[in-house]
Amino acid sequence: MKYPYEIRLSGSGGQGLILAGIILARAAVLENHHVTQTQSYGPESRGGYSYADVIISNEDIYFPEAVSFDCLLALNQESCDKYLFDLRENGILIVDTTFVKNIALVVENTYEVPFTEIAIEKLGSPIPTNIMALAFLVQVTGIVKLASLQQAIEESVKPAFIDLNLRAMRLGVDLAKNYEK
Amino acid sequence: MSNSESKNSNTTTIKENKTNSTSKVEELQNQKGRKTVLMQGNEAVAYGALDAGCNFFAGYPITPSTEIAEILAAELPKRGGVFVQMEDELGSICAIIGASLAGAKALTATSGPGFSLMQEGIGFARSTETPCVVVDVQRVGPSTGMPTSCAQGDIQQSRWGTHGDSPAIVLYPDSVKESYELTIRAINLSEKYRTCVILLLDEVLGHMREAVRLPDISNVRVISRIKPTVPPHWYKHYEDNEKYPFPLASFGEGYRFHVTGLTHDALGFPTNKPNEAAEMMARLKKKITYNIRDLVQIESFQMDDAKIAVFAAGITARSAKAAVVMARKEGIPAGLLRPLTIWPFPDDAVRKMLRNVDIVIVPELNQGQLVREIERLVKDRSDSKLIKIQRVDSKLIPPQDILQKIKEGM
Repeated sequence: MKYPYEIRLSGSGGQGLILAGIILARAAVLENHHVTQTQSYGPESRGGYSYADVIISNEDIYFPEAVSFDCLLALNQESCDKYLFDLRENGILIVDTTFVKNIALVVENTYEVPFTEIAIEKLGSPIPTNIMALAFLVQVTGIVKLASLQQAIEESVKPAFIDLNLRAMRLGVDLAKNYEK
Repeated sequence: MSNSESKNSNTTTIKENKTNSTSKVEELQNQKGRKTVLMQGNEAVAYGALDAGCNFFAGYPITPSTEIAEILAAELPKRGGVFVQMEDELGSICAIIGASLAGAKALTATSGPGFSLMQEGIGFARSTETPCVVVDVQRVGPSTGMPTSCAQGDIQQSRWGTHGDSPAIVLYPDSVKESYELTIRAINLSEKYRTCVILLLDEVLGHMREAVRLPDISNVRVISRIKPTVPPHWYKHYEDNEKYPFPLASFGEGYRFHVTGLTHDALGFPTNKPNEAAEMMARLKKKITYNIRDLVQIESFQMDDAKIAVFAAGITARSAKAAVVMARKEGIPAGLLRPLTIWPFPDDAVRKMLRNVDIVIVPELNQGQLVREIERLVKDRSDSKLIKIQRVDSKLIPPQDILQKIKEGM
């Protein structure tokens, strides 16, 4: 793995991107990495823009925001348009095709998955889309171990929702394993 | 609050925070069974407050400081402390001053709009020499500005925001771990020097999470109040004293003293006598001037052979540090001087820096607040070149921007 590894999880407010960022950061802490997790969002709790940055490194991280991403997750069209051009060369792009209909830059490592649609169909709700997409990202990038991800999920969500989120995680991992480019 | 509540009245005695309750970081360590955890800046402030023995919080929640109130609302009652959500920030600052006079270690947390409202109270705390801590997690202003975005617009306000001529102690961390440490230090300094200490944070730091290695709590020093040993009728609340901390009685302990924002004498009663006014002002001032070495903390990063220095505080210092590392990789002799205490301003360290470097770069998230102080000191050395980087659009200054200025300066 090349360090520092910079990840941006982006979409709109309410899609759970900051929680996904916290979980990823927590998983990386479990593996004794240096980690920073920052975020940017509008004042509204639903809608508007929202993103979480996670930087994982094997040494001190000074500037805490992602500048050129090794991996970008875009859960809506606006964030895909806005951040795509800051993706590093050979960076990985993961989009939710439920909302992202147009990818303005041809990127070699692009993964197009209708995460929200699948969450509604398989899990009965769009709410665990964030965890499903995060698990997909972890499987594709290998940035943390799945066991660490699972532990981080268990430590980060309310007990009543652990089961649902672990199902979302497994679904995301399977989607990545079976992904055909 | 079990045994501290008196049955027949609605007054509550605040118990001294006993060390037998486990500290917050020890609790985390036991819970997780590991030494390194993911922690948020605001969380670190709340834990630092608890571990420094804070047992009273009064505040009005405001983004981006809300988590501090949220955590203390949950944690303080468990430890026999008190959390009060006030009607506004005017009430909040007054409540912590009152609690402190009754013996509590008191803290409030706010952001720019609330910090403005607290200014009069901050002056009252300084004038009446009442220990307390105000945390200001800065956001974009003026006015309500941008609640979820970052700015460093309160640097001069934290020094001069309150009216009258009073000393200020203001600390400014740049990491989550340091937020924990400086919160403890802020409470300690407020107790030691009997004044209102301000802790400035940046929105990004307040909300940011980092891997933090939990400190060994046995190494954490906590300063508590020394109680007077003289008979009550000999006690002078504002006796001139050059040793810090000096004895401080709380209300309800049998010692009588008067508390007023008017200029006062040694017993606390208002005075119009010029000599007594001069004495009071001198006492307030010398807390700072006699104790600069104790108060000022700075970090020197790669400064030994630096010819170009970046002077930056808070979150901007992290951009600067990244820029210095990049410059060094290219063989450019750059360094960073970072104040952890911004008030009193580290004049001596800056003078030394100015003697040794040719170029000083001051990046900040405002239109020139920190750089005013450098300009004040750079006059001694007219050949030093000063480069300003100022950003007020709510975004951080990326390291590349500072690196570019370093290269331009060469």
